[in-house]
Amino acid sequence: MRKFSILLKQLIFCPSNIEKTKVIIDYLNDVDIEEAGYTVAALTNNLKFKHIKAYKVKQIIKSKVDSTLFDLSYDYVGDLADTISLIWNKKPKNSHKKYSFLEIITILNSNDLDLEKFVTDFLNNNNLDERWAFIKLLLGGFRIGASATFIKNTLAEYGRKNKDDIEKVWNGLSPPYLNLLKWLKDEGGYPKINLNETFHTMMLANSFDLNKDANKISPENHIAEYKWDGIRVQVLCENNTIKLYSRTGENISSSFPEITFNSRELVVLDGELLAGKNFIPQSFGELQKRINKKKPSKKLLDETSVFIRLYDILFFEGKDIRNENLIVRKQKLENFYSKYLLNNKFDISEIIPFSNFQQLEKIYKSLYKSKFKEGLMLKRKLSLYISGRKKNLWLKWKRAPKYIDAILMYAQRGHGKRSSFYSDFTFGVFDNNNIVPIAKAYSGYSDEELVKLDRFVRENTITSFGPVREVNKKLVVELAFDSMQKSNRHKSGIALRFPRFHRIRWDKPVNETLLLNEIKSEFIN
Amino acid sequence: MFIEALNAYIDPIKPVDKAIITHAHADHAKPNHNKVLATKDTINIMKIRYGENCAKKFQAIEYGEKININGLGITLYPAGHILGSAQVLLENKKNKVLITGDYKTKSDDTAQSFELVKTETLITEATFGLPIFKHPEPAEEIEKLLSSIKLFTNKCHIVGAYALGKAQRVISLLRKKGYDDIIYLHGAIEKITNYYLQRGIKLGKLKKVTKDDVHNLKGKIVIAPPSALKDKWVRKFPDVRYCLASGWMIIKQRVKQSKIELPLVISDHADWNELTNTILNSKAKKIWLTHGRTDALEYWCKKNNLNAMALYLKRDD
Ligand SMILES: [Zn+2]
Ligand SMILES: [Zn+2]
Repeated sequence: MRKFSILLKQLIFCPSNIEKTKVIIDYLNDVDIEEAGYTVAALTNNLKFKHIKAYKVKQIIKSKVDSTLFDLSYDYVGDLADTISLIWNKKPKNSHKKYSFLEIITILNSNDLDLEKFVTDFLNNNNLDERWAFIKLLLGGFRIGASATFIKNTLAEYGRKNKDDIEKVWNGLSPPYLNLLKWLKDEGGYPKINLNETFHTMMLANSFDLNKDANKISPENHIAEYKWDGIRVQVLCENNTIKLYSRTGENISSSFPEITFNSRELVVLDGELLAGKNFIPQSFGELQKRINKKKPSKKLLDETSVFIRLYDILFFEGKDIRNENLIVRKQKLENFYSKYLLNNKFDISEIIPFSNFQQLEKIYKSLYKSKFKEGLMLKRKLSLYISGRKKNLWLKWKRAPKYIDAILMYAQRGHGKRSSFYSDFTFGVFDNNNIVPIAKAYSGYSDEELVKLDRFVRENTITSFGPVREVNKKLVVELAFDSMQKSNRHKSGIALRFPRFHRIRWDKPVNETLLLNEIKSEFIN
Repeated sequence: MFIEALNAYIDPIKPVDKAIITHAHADHAKPNHNKVLATKDTINIMKIRYGENCAKKFQAIEYGEKININGLGITLYPAGHILGSAQVLLENKKNKVLITGDYKTKSDDTAQSFELVKTETLITEATFGLPIFKHPEPAEEIEKLLSSIKLFTNKCHIVGAYALGKAQRVISLLRKKGYDDIIYLHGAIEKITNYYLQRGIKLGKLKKVTKDDVHNLKGKIVIAPPSALKDKWVRKFPDVRYCLASGWMIIKQRVKQSKIELPLVISDHADWNELTNTILNSKAKKIWLTHGRTDALEYWCKKNNLNAMALYLKRDD
């Protein structure tokens, strides 16, 4: 545990990526392969202990220390590992037996684990840094400035291998990644995975920048498609068995049992899941009724239909075709579609014809009023399907946002990076003489603005309930948002999609903002 | 804080007629008051910072020397926070009120040692008023700086430390550990450090950093105000290891946010244990909490059957 805690501490205290890479590589060379593998799993958030839940650990700690003081401390610090390691006030005795890293992993995985006893003993017998690393290991969510992508890139550097090759097998492997590490150390071949049971990390787009990117777009080199406002999904099928994954690789098949087709050979498709019948999309709010319903009722299935609009194909007739270019893949998608998918659950994303950029811009501008099209996708015809956000291949040109003025009502301290600032805000608008909440926003402001907002909250607090402060209703903020929908779940009757700060109107009086019914008539038709 | 019986303020943030100043930190000592009552050191440092005429009249009193105004006794006691820092005891026949100001009870060779004062009402600071704040021994923290110099022999170690108090304490701690190399100072620290020297505090060989130095500071220590670690000044140095001496550095997420590579948990304020011990040992029956994280201390007092309330002063914490 000592080496692991030193590694974590070195990483969190090291602002330079070059040095971080070096620190990780040194560690990998130092420890044995199994320990290295579990550490890689932990740092990429793939090490899960099924008996351990954050709330249970919190409960245990709160039963051992003053629970009010714990809550106040956690509210202030914002990081559970920092809070627990610091609030624990036993000085460790050196005499006690210390468990090795691998022993700890084994114990945490065992079925007859006495979590309370183990956690308490560990905290009693280890120093501050080890306690901190232990809680991080237990609960994941490291926040030490080394993302999963960064760790994978570091592995590529460690083994002098191509990082796309690591990504291709990554989701099919599991901790402690012995085959992967052996291959990286040139002690074994390229790892084999079960292709039909593996989510293949999606290819993502970078944001389109009108100033920089416009002159690069041409009908010779690019195709344009609509960006639909649903959820991106990956469909796998082999031996007539379907698996459906969300963008993060979560298996969501059981929520959408109506998505079926037959294919004996492995096929992997990429598309957008949308609510709607006869391929006419409905709002994201409709789709939301289906998300996270693991066993949807027959009634729900009847009321809210879904379909998938296909963008791409990764495997075709059992073969990996990610190294074919987009035009070839689109052709194969058409082939596959006409053979297997002519049902009411799939259609193909249309390609928007254009002969110059001006035409494209006109279409883009017309999207302002659209409810379901989030923008345009501009894809290089020769792009291979590469996991992650590769530069210069796919660009998303998001529809221009809409704006409303709203009044700050409540503030809550953020977690993590902003834990000492009031950074999560609730906004409302006037409905007759009352102010009703319409949106929460926690992004879009600068660091300096955050400091000012924090001061505003502290100086204008009326009451506080737990971590939430209610403030004097006198600050107006112009919020940007992507779209507005009707919603019965909210008191205001509306829901905003992706609200964020646009401008803080320190100057604007609250009585000059639009009323709720005025907002409804402007944005909802 | 306004004391009605005296018609005077303690650490006022705006110019007033009569001010009692606990210590010379900028958030407590402001210029342009009419009359200032404080320790000799506080007055001298105020003059260095703001000029000889930063108040119309100064009255210096010794620690423990009681003066009477309008039937109210005023006595200053050492607060252990920085050189010249004081707690203020106000008393009449019926009542005793102690205002701690900023304080710490841990030993510090660059400040007069904290003195515990028994009182009926205690107005205490609460900067580190959460049980997560337990400052380690400063000597252990300084050891980390010394081993870092040995490990990163190519890097200039720039240590962020407040110009008044913290900077001199860090230097003194280094000397105590036997570090006898020249310690370099950012310009903003020089004047006040000279005052410490003049007061007989031993800080060894010091030198103000000049343009010519910056390339010859491999493995050396430079002390600078924390703000200098973020401004253009620091870019002049070719290979820097960023260090910061502060009680906040005990929270690792904080260290990460501030992009500090070597945190040194050295504080001029009382930690949780010092705060709670002082509250108990003062035997106060009423406790008012100001200046910092008051909610946890208030809860703790009530749990220990002490009458406590938070006092909100209009000031940033
Ligand atoms: Zn101070
Ligand atoms: Zn202060």
